[in-house]
Amino acid sequence: MKLRTAGTATAAALVLSLAVTACGKGGGDEGSADGAKKIAIGIKYDQPGLGLKEPDGSFSGFDVDVATYVAKELGYKAGDIEWKQTPSAERENMIANGDVRFIVASYSITDERKQKVDFAGPYLLAHQDLLVRADDRSITKAADLNSKKLCSVTGSTSAQNIRRDLAPKADLQQNGGYSECLTGLENKAVDALTTDDSILAGYAAQKEHRGKFRLVGLKLSDENYGIGLKKGDTELKGKINTALKKMVSDGSWQKAVTANFGPAHYKNEPAPAVAD
Amino acid sequence: MFDFLGNPDYDVLGAFWVTVQLTLYSAAGSLVWGTLLAGMRVSPVPLMRGFATGYVNVVRNIPLTVVIVACSLGLNQTLQITLGGQTFKEIGFRLAVLGLVAYTGTFVCEALRSGINTVPVGQAEAARALGLGFFQVLTLVVLPQAFRSVVAPLANILIALTKNTTVAAAISVAEAAALMKDMTENESDALFAVFAVFAFGFVVLTLPVGLLLGWVGRRVAVKR
Repeated sequence: MKLRTAGTATAAALVLSLAVTACGKGGGDEGSADGAKKIAIGIKYDQPGLGLKEPDGSFSGFDVDVATYVAKELGYKAGDIEWKQTPSAERENMIANGDVRFIVASYSITDERKQKVDFAGPYLLAHQDLLVRADDRSITKAADLNSKKLCSVTGSTSAQNIRRDLAPKADLQQNGGYSECLTGLENKAVDALTTDDSILAGYAAQKEHRGKFRLVGLKLSDENYGIGLKKGDTELKGKINTALKKMVSDGSWQKAVTANFGPAHYKNEPAPAVAD
Repeated sequence: MFDFLGNPDYDVLGAFWVTVQLTLYSAAGSLVWGTLLAGMRVSPVPLMRGFATGYVNVVRNIPLTVVIVACSLGLNQTLQITLGGQTFKEIGFRLAVLGLVAYTGTFVCEALRSGINTVPVGQAEAARALGLGFFQVLTLVVLPQAFRSVVAPLANILIALTKNTTVAAAISVAEAAALMKDMTENESDALFAVFAVFAFGFVVLTLPVGLLLGWVGRRVAVKR
């Protein structure tokens, strides 16, 4: 290959790399029009207690319960809901493209995200917390973490909080998923698993983990979980907010919290006030 | 749109430097391990041949993520093997190199074996007739010619390896893909820009490698 063609190839590769990253668009538009029979809702498939796809294909968790309740208030039966998996990196785009009507997936309300999507809610106030072995009492405050081995998920807000503010000297293991941290925690390779307490409670409440771990309850950060929807869709936002208020006032909210997080002795915050 | 690059929390060059280190160590390791495997696969000892054939066919068919995560979950967290590393960062890096060498070595072995097949049988027979043993035939006559004919396929494997290092983000190696995950979590208003930066970074790493080794391959090829 001549040098000139090499230059062209470089330019072509640059353009291609941009084009490839930009072509995740397109895809189904079903469910975006009002009055359609089905409604597509985005959840996580892999977070016990929040959003989990069970081996038999059904879905369980607090996010799922909230989504089902909201959908019911919007006029959709449980059978009309089409669940879609929304990984963290794709949430904004799936909303913008209309792949999902709204997303209930441990979606913290942040300023960066508000640029791209609107949030209804919040429907849950979570805090970054620690999960430790049930008999381990050595961590009582955030400063204790600097001499500890911690585990979290690569790129998560919790992992970044630890690295930058909470405990920069701590030895932090970053894995692909929380279940991999649990192996280390059980084998004493790490001392604590850190992320939102709602997620930790979900893992601690799983049948195979019950009694092995406990939440420390440090409240290291505030995470307001909101329901993400298309920017500018104030009508839908208002309807969802009304549904959330009703869910809290008729007691279904507390029932869902107890059912999903109860076994972990998770002391939930009272239902957050829904913003208008 | 690209203003997140000015954030001092994001050390883009540092992250890509870890990617480069991971690639170089793994490439050196897999070249050695792959050559050993190829030697075993053509050796006259049935046990070695059987081992190398079995190893290559098993390991190359396991997804790399499984290999890497098994290194972390199995070797480190369950068997407490640290490979001399003190922190999770060091341990993760060493385990990732181990996993990448174990995996990429199989592809190097197969590329090299195809190179061995390009050396005419008469060469090995002539070497044998001169009184050289198997090891001498392999290292003095066959392998030097085999390597010269597989530079281009090895370049392919090196490019694949460079991109495969992103899997190491799953076991706390702070390379490019791990930083990208940080960014996608925080910069949700500029996701495409984030992806473009990293796609471009990898093209910058791999394109010159492909061009250079393609040229080297043509220069050193054995004309037959």
